[in-house]
Amino acid sequence: MSTIEQEMVHAAEGGHHDHHELPFIRKYIFSTDHKMIAKQFMFVSLFFLVIGGLLAAMMRWQLGYPSQPMPGGMMLPDAMMAPTPNGAIMLPEFYNSLVTMHGTIMIFFAIMPLLVGLFGNLLIPLQIGAEDMAFPRLNMISFWLAVPAGILMLASFAVEGGAAGAGWTSYAPLSASGEWTGVYLGQQLWLASLTILGFSSLVGAVNYITTVINMRAPGMTWFRMPLATWALFITAILILLAIPVLAGALIMLLFDQTIGTGFFRPEVGGEPLLWQHLFWFFGHPEVYILILPAMGIASEVLSNRARKPIFGYHSMVLAIIGIGFLGWIVWGHHMFMSGMNPLLGTSFMISTMAIAVPSAIKTFNWMATVWKGDIHLDSPMLYALAFVSMFIIGGLSGIFMASTPVDIYIHDTYFIVAHIHYVLFGGSLFAIFAGITFWYPKMFGRMMNESLNKLHFGLTIVLYNLVFWPMHNLGLQGMMRRIYDFTQYEYLAPLQPMNEFISISVFLLVATQSIYAFNFFWSLFKGEKASDNPWDSNTLEWTVPSPPPHGNFPEMPVVYRGPYEYSSPESETDFYPQTTPPSKPPVQDLIPEPVTPTPEGF
Amino acid sequence: MTTQAMTAGRAPMPGMKVYNLKLGMWIFLLSEVMFFTGLIGSYVILRFAHPEQFTEPGVVLNVPLTAFNTFLLICSSVTMVKAYAAIQQGDQQGLKNWLLATILIGASFVGVQVYEYIALVGEGFVPMAEAYHAVGRHMPHDGPVVGGQLYGSTFYTMTGFHGTHVSIGVLCLCFTYWRAAKGEYSADNLGGVEIMGLYWHFVDLVWIILFTIVYLI
Amino acid sequence: MNWSWMLPPSFSTVSGDIDGIYYVILWITGITFFITEGLLFYFIFKYRHKEGRKATYDHGSTKMEIAWTMIPLVIVLWIGFVSKGVWDTVKVDVPPAGLEVIVVGKQFEWNVTYPGPDGALGTSDDFETLNELHAPEDQPVVITLRSDDVLHSFFLPEMRIKQDAVPGQDITVWFEAIQPGDYTIGCAELCGIGHTTMGGRLIVYTEADFQAWSSAQAQQQQP
Repeated sequence: MSTIEQEMVHAAEGGHHDHHELPFIRKYIFSTDHKMIAKQFMFVSLFFLVIGGLLAAMMRWQLGYPSQPMPGGMMLPDAMMAPTPNGAIMLPEFYNSLVTMHGTIMIFFAIMPLLVGLFGNLLIPLQIGAEDMAFPRLNMISFWLAVPAGILMLASFAVEGGAAGAGWTSYAPLSASGEWTGVYLGQQLWLASLTILGFSSLVGAVNYITTVINMRAPGMTWFRMPLATWALFITAILILLAIPVLAGALIMLLFDQTIGTGFFRPEVGGEPLLWQHLFWFFGHPEVYILILPAMGIASEVLSNRARKPIFGYHSMVLAIIGIGFLGWIVWGHHMFMSGMNPLLGTSFMISTMAIAVPSAIKTFNWMATVWKGDIHLDSPMLYALAFVSMFIIGGLSGIFMASTPVDIYIHDTYFIVAHIHYVLFGGSLFAIFAGITFWYPKMFGRMMNESLNKLHFGLTIVLYNLVFWPMHNLGLQGMMRRIYDFTQYEYLAPLQPMNEFISISVFLLVATQSIYAFNFFWSLFKGEKASDNPWDSNTLEWTVPSPPPHGNFPEMPVVYRGPYEYSSPESETDFYPQTTPPSKPPVQDLIPEPVTPTPEGF
Repeated sequence: MTTQAMTAGRAPMPGMKVYNLKLGMWIFLLSEVMFFTGLIGSYVILRFAHPEQFTEPGVVLNVPLTAFNTFLLICSSVTMVKAYAAIQQGDQQGLKNWLLATILIGASFVGVQVYEYIALVGEGFVPMAEAYHAVGRHMPHDGPVVGGQLYGSTFYTMTGFHGTHVSIGVLCLCFTYWRAAKGEYSADNLGGVEIMGLYWHFVDLVWIILFTIVYLI
Repeated sequence: MNWSWMLPPSFSTVSGDIDGIYYVILWITGITFFITEGLLFYFIFKYRHKEGRKATYDHGSTKMEIAWTMIPLVIVLWIGFVSKGVWDTVKVDVPPAGLEVIVVGKQFEWNVTYPGPDGALGTSDDFETLNELHAPEDQPVVITLRSDDVLHSFFLPEMRIKQDAVPGQDITVWFEAIQPGDYTIGCAELCGIGHTTMGGRLIVYTEADFQAWSSAQAQQQQP
């Protein structure tokens, strides 16, 4: 019989795929279990997060102490650091690579795979009541495409000419030919790496979308899905439609670099602005890819730790959809100064102003969720509240740059850098800390140490603000981005003390992350053993053991209510899980005939 | 209503939604639409911005040959439909025959395209900017250059990626044929054939659009 | 260290308007910031867990949703419309030139070409300066901005002017300085290894002084 038929019989016989232990390599290396793949993404991404942080620290050395010998600099090759009798001084070409690779690695190899690879994989099947993703083998391929992409990206530091140095935005013509930067193979590896990573994300998106549409358990209607799943679903749609456009652009730029085409090279009749349009058509949905899952995570933690339903659940869903939809028509706000027709500037300004609204709606709903709540200020909640607080700042700062005349002054200054980091670090990364801490017991069966997390939180929130708040001021004083030595500008020389202040804060901030890293690894072995539902949560992942078995649910779950029934009068406790049968007899057509699950394969 | 009880191969039962493989393929094809939109959109923008770098289609390109190639590809969509129809009736031999026909026609399409590429390169129509020296069909090799590198760059990128998609499709169809030869498909288990059909028709549709935009306009 | 959110002084005819929009946005976002963060912290403090007190079981309020959709929408759209006028003034409505120049950015310098005594660019009496733009006050200086290689961005911070220089394109930028002085030219788009060295000087003269300088330059650079 066919493999499909074999699987059907197998499932009918008991629901589980494997009654025997998988060999090590099938269980931990080439796993098709979404929970293991989630962990694989997590470990690799956290590694890249550390690399990205170290790259930033090196940048900040140069900015805090322009052209002074860097501690440890003598260990780096001469192509990066110029040796002098007093030590090694950073070269501008290496600084440009650091700027480029910090952004690239943080966005593509840290934040995106943490939010989408980790939380998408971990939460979607569990929260909708499925046994795994729709295409488990495709899921495995998604992870194993990301790994070579990462290796290529890191390898680009070691080639002649160094790593890409045209910014994470890789504007042409600077990026289209090595003659402008001195970087040849490094830029090509950058392009190849991101193309491969694009495939990884793309097949992941196909998996997530199919799973959410098709594999929800009985009773799990669209409007009973947790907001984390909603956010990841819309994010997957953004990935599906935006990444291919990036792929086309990367390929065209790679051809310019290697074959000698001239898509973006004006000296042979190409169009530099075409690169910007293609890149930002992808790039703007990309930043919503980087924030929507974080918003979903925040909603889960805020509601649970405040023991209160999410305020305005339907509005929250509509806002996620609204952000996802509007995100396609604002890309030109990255190009106000580009030489694009100024009339387009106005139309993009209006759409950009409009997209502030759904984010504002979500923020107000989060605030209303904790209002009159029963707020447990443990570490996931602290991280989630910090997310809201920092996201407010990041969102408000965006309004300045949305205004075209103000953007004339602040475009390409540190004001933009402040905005980026308030939403990506203050927003996404704090939500990631909240999410990892919150779902750690579900992944590993142990709790993280709460005191260490609170210490990490306290130090991080303070140091992080000391780093990024003053960048608003630097930008307002006119300090440009991606600038190796700003003291070359007389009007910027007075900004050295503030830059030094930021740099010292960065070094302390990077060092502080070792607390979370230590806690993460220590708790794997020594953490307090976790129950199925340590947070008294309603969603389906907390109805199964920590960690869940292969296949997740021993019996098909049946869903009776939404995910945020905290402090409900119908429950004796302050939570009311989605799958707990109601005490009153149910309305007949909400409960379907139970059906034996059959496995799905690719 | 459950969404869980679905198999890869069965047609949806009443009240059930589209099964996973088919839904997944439709979703994947949406991403492919965006990919080709990016490439074709870039071509359109570049052509409007720099019309002097392009020519009327027949000047450099062999429109009659490619029109025939388009006809071939459309025929292969017909054979693909017949293959699917066959297995819907449980006709194993019919499935194999029509799959084979699709593979052969699809491979021929790629072959004609390769032949076309070789001819074009011989005339100096290349994607490299510095090496571009196309003079047009049937023109002496030392004649004036027509068009510019943007023409070559966009042409080969668009048609090349389409050709790659056809080639991958042919390889996947070979795999499908191999499974069909083992008797793995039936009227109750034809998902693999159906999704190949979806992919193949999509590739055909993209070609019709490409052919119109590049060879006719 | 300057923690102020005030903008540094500016010296062009449009910079007052641009700075004005900035301050309007600063007021609106500043008030919003204090109210929202204040409320958030207040809620965290007031509703922190206390034994015996339960959370309120509340799913939402359509009225509130409408309110906090419409009010932000009106505010941001208003900011947009107010901004449009200033944007059009700077980027769309180019006034008749008092002085026309050509500025070409290249790795890693700015080359400025002036029209010379005959007042026309592209003639043999044109002269050039390197990394300096000399201009008279109270006259629109209309620049044709170009690039010889990669993207650069012509940035006059004190005039509140910024425009990317795109190779293959001629882009018009203009400004009118209101006070003589020694100002800054910067490059605000990463353009390679020497990006940090593309600073220059904008020197604004009185009308008379500019004429003097211009004649002297023209004579000096006679072919």
